[in-house]
Amino acid sequence: MYVNTLFFGHFKDYAPDGIKMEVAEGANICSLLSALALRDCRFQSLIRCRVAVNEEFAGADTVLCDGDEVAFLPPMSGG
Amino acid sequence: MPLVYYRIINEPIDIRFLEAKVSEVTNGAVLTFIGQVRVNSRGREVSYLEYDAYVPLAEKQIGRITKSAAERWQVDVAVEHRFGRIELGEASIVICVGAPHRDVVYEASRYLIDTIKEEVPIWKREVCPDGDFWIEGEEAIRASEA
Repeated sequence: MYVNTLFFGHFKDYAPDGIKMEVAEGANICSLLSALALRDCRFQSLIRCRVAVNEEFAGADTVLCDGDEVAFLPPMSGG
Repeated sequence: MPLVYYRIINEPIDIRFLEAKVSEVTNGAVLTFIGQVRVNSRGREVSYLEYDAYVPLAEKQIGRITKSAAERWQVDVAVEHRFGRIELGEASIVICVGAPHRDVVYEASRYLIDTIKEEVPIWKREVCPDGDFWIEGEEAIRASEA
């Protein structure tokens, strides 16, 4: 199955339009993070990001479904 | 019920419009906080800022935060946060709080700016004469060439 990843902050420079990632059935955010780090070692530090699945915050053990949108959110700096 | 108004926009913020939202005649106190783009940051000269937002979640979060402040302090709240390119001296965020008396508007306004900075998925990219920097919390990370 596939999930659509989105990146923000300096990670967005590496993949401005996000990446469509193939993951195994039952994959969670942890396994997606491992797959991203294998694809590009600069993604190893995504581990310090908060994560949102389908536009809501989600924990690292959240199980993903086909077509989910997974956004990686580094420490925020609005205001 | 307190008034709650919030928007994430990519155009200049109309401050008087927001103040008017919280200026019912029952309110004796109206406080406006303006966050504006500063010419220097951590010793670097800044040319302008680019704000990036994860808009759908940013809207939800700013909604939750404004509603919680309005309920907790029983104040009217109007907030706009801007994204995209913002020039020096232009407002990136405006927070207007209105209430019958002044004590709560100061408390609510402080809570709102502090919480929005930490909990709303928006990021600054400082565009400087010597390159660009992403601001992530307390950290400034040099941007990569696109």
